[in-house]
Amino acid sequence: MILIIAIFLPLFAALLCWLKPLRTIAWGTTVLCLSISFAMAVVTSAHVISSGRAVGIPGWFEVDGLGVLMILLVSFVCTLAAVFAGGYMRHSSQRERLWWFYCNYNLLAFALMVVPAFVDPNLVWVGVELVTLFSVLLVAFESTPSALEAAWKFSILTIMGAPISLVGFFVLYWAYHGIGSGTAETWQSLHAMAPMMSPNLLKLSFLLVFVGFGAKTGLAPMHTWLPDAHSQAPTPVCAVLSGIKTSVPLYAILRLLSIILASPEARIGRWMVVIGLFSVGVAAFLLLQVRDYKRMFAFSTVEHMGIILTAAGFATQKSDYAAVAQMLNHSITKSLCFYAAGMVLLALGTREIKDVRGLFRLSPFVGAALLLCALAIAGAPPFPIFLSEFSILSAGIRSGNNTAVAILAILIVVAFVAIMRQVNSMLFGKPALHSTAEATPLSCRTAVLVAAIPVVVLGVYIPGPMHSLLQLAAQQLGGR
Amino acid sequence: MNGTHVPLAEGLNALTAGFVLLSAFGMVATRQVQGVMRFFILQSAFLSLSAFLIGFSRNSIHLWALGAITIVAKVIAIPWVLKRTLPGDLYERREIDQALNIPSSLLLALLLAIAAEFLVAPLVAASADVVLRVNLPIGLAGILIGAYSLIARREALPQLIGILAMENGAFFAGVAISPDLPLIAELAVAIDVVLIAVVIGVLTRDIHRTIGTTQAATMTELKEEPQP
Repeated sequence: MILIIAIFLPLFAALLCWLKPLRTIAWGTTVLCLSISFAMAVVTSAHVISSGRAVGIPGWFEVDGLGVLMILLVSFVCTLAAVFAGGYMRHSSQRERLWWFYCNYNLLAFALMVVPAFVDPNLVWVGVELVTLFSVLLVAFESTPSALEAAWKFSILTIMGAPISLVGFFVLYWAYHGIGSGTAETWQSLHAMAPMMSPNLLKLSFLLVFVGFGAKTGLAPMHTWLPDAHSQAPTPVCAVLSGIKTSVPLYAILRLLSIILASPEARIGRWMVVIGLFSVGVAAFLLLQVRDYKRMFAFSTVEHMGIILTAAGFATQKSDYAAVAQMLNHSITKSLCFYAAGMVLLALGTREIKDVRGLFRLSPFVGAALLLCALAIAGAPPFPIFLSEFSILSAGIRSGNNTAVAILAILIVVAFVAIMRQVNSMLFGKPALHSTAEATPLSCRTAVLVAAIPVVVLGVYIPGPMHSLLQLAAQQLGGR
Repeated sequence: MNGTHVPLAEGLNALTAGFVLLSAFGMVATRQVQGVMRFFILQSAFLSLSAFLIGFSRNSIHLWALGAITIVAKVIAIPWVLKRTLPGDLYERREIDQALNIPSSLLLALLLAIAAEFLVAPLVAASADVVLRVNLPIGLAGILIGAYSLIARREALPQLIGILAMENGAFFAGVAISPDLPLIAELAVAIDVVLIAVVIGVLTRDIHRTIGTTQAATMTELKEEPQP
């Protein structure tokens, strides 16, 4: 029951934001409902840690370790981004349509939460498509020509994947029922039947879903929409898109990957390593020449999605643990990055890296936040991403993929240098174009301070329950 | 089919499949937005007819429901929604600008249809199911041709119809390979498709209002290279 409240509260909040008398307090409604939803997600994860599974409606909404981890991350990121939006969106050019923004925002949060909760893979497809649609509307919210251009590219590239992945799910259904399985198709039953299913159909299904959902995840070479959308959307939306929206289709890919790994076609892990490394490489070199700091963080998302896919491709228990840890760390760190970037945008009003100089002098708080998040996202010790990237590398060596690990290590270093070089030029030096910075709103500062807590803490100390939750989630990825 | 006896419903289904493919060619061959839209409606109607026929021959209530859902969603709801959201001048007598001319496009569409036949050959070779051997290759051809028109056309509305035509191809293959999909999933997918049309329709209207054109080819402001 608690799981159902956690998932459906954002839908209820969207309805409240839409009602005319309540439109003026849309922000309050959103923050309140999403934080209750987060609390419910915490309770559900406690339940999953003690009993391994939480059931909302049997046969419809059930979560295991991986599912509840995703719901926890979605509600965490969405709540803080909503808090951040309070101060940020007051500077929007579309102030009178803010209720529409929050309505959409809640719908997106709902769609993001419903995907990991569904047990039927066909409904997961529907959920992922809903996520895409609500994100398109949010990217287009500012209605400037460049925002509309970004939304258009985003929608065409990602919705084009919809029919392709739909056929993939049809083929999966065919493979499952073709062997005479009488029970309903769920992730669990698919996993149990995987060794008996036709390997050719499984491979075909995975390929189709991978093409469709890989585009939504932002894996290279289907990543081209991502920097546009993530630079033009309002910043709180960027935090949700980059922090968690890209992980949700990746979640579905990883579920399907674990099914393939349980069948005789286990070699597909190798291909995941290759495709993951390709994404990391493309992103690392684009990071070197990026001109817009929001695009910089967007490319870093492509890099991290590639790293997670590579880790899942190593397919050992250790690498699976590292992959889900990387997913967690990416979500909390990348959303913090966009809060910092949004504050820079509010303070100086430019997106160009070359126009931002001497941020530390102009606004010490914003400068410190940007430095912290840049170090954390680039993977400097003692931040959590350093830990998970290090364990991915060591798990890779244990599984015997030495070449892949060497390439991955080099690319991570390239990305690190690229990010630090860009951020360095923004933080230090003499302010040239700007003599003063605008003050940042209180709600933005609050969001940054709260979001920084897990980024700082998880790097030095992982609480026991969090560790067991990650272990439960890693078990679902099916590594040996 | 080597002269084996084919039941009437399945024979008719093969005929319907031919019309589905022909409407896909029609979408490629038409230069006007309104005409492309008409061929899309026609294709959706044949898709639901195919679902009815297979539902009849297999005694499956699921496929009857799917046919009804398709008519409501694609023959009625989507054209209506697009007509409501989009300004009239986007629709009427608008010539579509495209990367390749019509004869070469048709040739390419034909090649895609042949390629689809060969791509699925290893999958259906073992199966004696007539419906499968008809619907799977033609569904795949529908997806490929839809993808082609999506890439080749530079206008927003025909691009949207290209996506919807891909969706039709996916369903056409789907009725053969997953005929007993839970009804709720079919319904959800149909609602999703209508939502895609609504969202892209609204987006197209906003682009038309703000930028003044819906030629996707003119939208090239966002990129990595320095702007002049």
